[in-house]
Amino acid sequence: MKKVFERPKSLKDTPSHFCPGCHSGLIHRLVAEAIDYFKIQERTIGVASVGCSVFLYNYLDVDVIEAPHGRAPAVCTGIKRVRKQNIVFTIQGDGDLAAIGTSEIIHTANRGENITVIFINNAVYGMTGGQMAPTTLLGQRTTTSPYGRDVQQEGYPVRMVELLSGLEGSAFIARAAVNKPANLMKAKKLIRRAFEMQINNMGFSMVEVLSACPTNWGLKPLEANRRVEEEMIPCFPLGVFKEKIQGSEDSRG
Amino acid sequence: MLKKVFIKGNEAIARAAVDAGCRYYFGYPITPQSDIPEYLSKVLPKLGGEFIQAESEIASINMLMGASAAGARSMTSSSGPGISLKQEGLSYMAGSELPGVVVNVARCGPGLGGIAPSQAEYFQATKGGGHGDYRLIVLAPESGQEMYDLTFKAFDLADKYRNPAMILADGMLGQMKEPVLLQPPRKMDLPDKDWVLSGAKGRPQNIIKSLYLGDKELERHTWQLWEKYQRMKKEDVMFEAREIKDARLIIAAFGSCARIAKSTLRQARAEGLKVGLIRPITLFPFPEEIFRQASIDTKMFLTIEMNTGQMVEDVRLSVSPGTVVYFYGRPPGAGSLPSPDEILREIKKVYEPSSE
Amino acid sequence: MYYDVIIAGFGGQGVLLIGDLLSLTAMEEGYHVSFLPSYGVEMRGGTANCTVVISSEEIGSPVVSSPHAVIVMNLPSLKKFEPMIKPGGLLILNTSLIPEKEVKRSDVERIPIPLNALAEKLGNTRLANMIALGALLEKTKVVSFRSVEASIKEALAQKYHHLIPANLEAIKKGAEFLRNSK
Repeated sequence: MKKVFERPKSLKDTPSHFCPGCHSGLIHRLVAEAIDYFKIQERTIGVASVGCSVFLYNYLDVDVIEAPHGRAPAVCTGIKRVRKQNIVFTIQGDGDLAAIGTSEIIHTANRGENITVIFINNAVYGMTGGQMAPTTLLGQRTTTSPYGRDVQQEGYPVRMVELLSGLEGSAFIARAAVNKPANLMKAKKLIRRAFEMQINNMGFSMVEVLSACPTNWGLKPLEANRRVEEEMIPCFPLGVFKEKIQGSEDSRG
Repeated sequence: MLKKVFIKGNEAIARAAVDAGCRYYFGYPITPQSDIPEYLSKVLPKLGGEFIQAESEIASINMLMGASAAGARSMTSSSGPGISLKQEGLSYMAGSELPGVVVNVARCGPGLGGIAPSQAEYFQATKGGGHGDYRLIVLAPESGQEMYDLTFKAFDLADKYRNPAMILADGMLGQMKEPVLLQPPRKMDLPDKDWVLSGAKGRPQNIIKSLYLGDKELERHTWQLWEKYQRMKKEDVMFEAREIKDARLIIAAFGSCARIAKSTLRQARAEGLKVGLIRPITLFPFPEEIFRQASIDTKMFLTIEMNTGQMVEDVRLSVSPGTVVYFYGRPPGAGSLPSPDEILREIKKVYEPSSE
Repeated sequence: MYYDVIIAGFGGQGVLLIGDLLSLTAMEEGYHVSFLPSYGVEMRGGTANCTVVISSEEIGSPVVSSPHAVIVMNLPSLKKFEPMIKPGGLLILNTSLIPEKEVKRSDVERIPIPLNALAEKLGNTRLANMIALGALLEKTKVVSFRSVEASIKEALAQKYHHLIPANLEAIKKGAEFLRNSK
């Protein structure tokens, strides 16, 4: 009989703490698949951020350090500058990357640090109980925007991919979703491409992945998937926004 | 061959870092320590190291955290407001048991304060500073030579204990030029860094973290840190004691204040006053034992600080019962460095001739 | 031996440079030295000063409240440092920029020198600081001219090394002025 489905080697066999219908588990798996694909498990170093992503070391069988809230890109920078032969990545949430850590992510991208960031955007603070995030959609109700996000009061959702694409240090910036098989397959390719950029010394790479948070959204998993499709993707369009070509003038590879 | 150079205290720190094998520096400009990043930005790239002028003090301490986790000797430096911003990172590093050297060329606060030398960060430096129950190793130099020697030592101690170490200097020590003997001490016999992040090749994954959610897990971890701090108290206390044997009054002071008080000591002895001096060099671990011993016979202490009274609390906790600990302080700011004459006047206020 | 001096003037008059040169020379002669400069905001305001302590014993305080000597290159420096001089101490003042009538103390030895005017005669007003140093050395003999000759290379940045002869000439000029004014 042919084996058609297998746990990636760098993904640990452990019960998940993610809620039913959460996309984080899928995204961790895509990262593990990329690590396996490039056979870099033994030289990969992960940086866990604060939030639902903190237990990175429980899922991925690679060396891991926990960074303070929002600071993962700076910690990655320190590691990568010392160990240029290692592959350094982080998985950050939207509060971590787009609120408290905006300074770190912008300057890390701008320096063109040769690291990879996987940015999970679920439009809420997950771990702390569904408070408003910088990426919360207009009108979206959260525990700290109980009347819905109001432009007058809270401003607009932050589009980090668009923001970081404008920086010359960025080598590869893309946005994906995993709410349906077609999107998942694209996400897999983009995450793989992001790691490939690092392997080829191209500079800073980031993939934002839109993610459902049924628990904090108060929706069933399938409804949550629909919300990603109908509300999030229109606000956060998918695709590759920046890609340096190897050997081109502006690439460092 | 030993080489004597005439350099600023800040440069002495930078050179010591290089001599101690530090190849990674992350910092942000702030007076009065900017000579340190300026020197290292010239030197480190030539030695195959890395210098990053970070976007903030917060980023620089976190870069230090990453470099340290990757196994490299690394350093950051700052002053007053910048050190406040680094407290988050220091707490994480202490909790994650990561070495690393942080230099505080102290200036005045609170707030923007001023750029004159200050000792008002004694509490912040020695009592943790960030959140959680932890301590930094804190070394307080008093001269250009000690800026060099203690920075070298800080790297060894940080590695020995897997704990961040701080050099607590100030603007005077940083800006002053003095002869410094470049004399790289021999490296300590340090344990292998088998915990570093280098890629899990041929071994299980290494995890560096400070989150402990399991039942009693964090309590256990905190007691382990405590045991480490107790070991520091046993093995690595440093102080200088001068003329304390026959002293009727002992001055307690660290860093710049101790340096100034040494002139007072000479004047006092010349006038026949039996005055001694104890200068803590490690502010943590604090030299409790010498204060206890010295106060068995000497019942009068005068603590001198450039603040309104911080180290004096540790002196009072350390001395034997029945000892009177006086305090004279000048809150830091332009023109508020105490002078030797001024300290002598304070001594005379409390010094009573012996009844013998 | 113990000697201390405060040197003060506008930023750009080279007061830190002669303090540095004096300290370095004293170190090479085997003394303990400390050189404490003003820094940061203080410098941006346009005034600069430094305190030099030279001693055959270990130096305690590098901060001096009543110096043996003060060199002032401009009027604000005179106002700030004249009151501090030890009774019987030395005041070297730049009469090109400071009217002598501004001096209040009669219990200190006063050495008025038109530093800028003399420097101009040498062809470069920026040598005023070296002339002042020459006068101090002539008066106090705290370090020898020969030692200064030996250490000046280290005190000056490489790009100014071609000016070493002119600087040494200015130091000699200061000493000579003092000898002739006796």
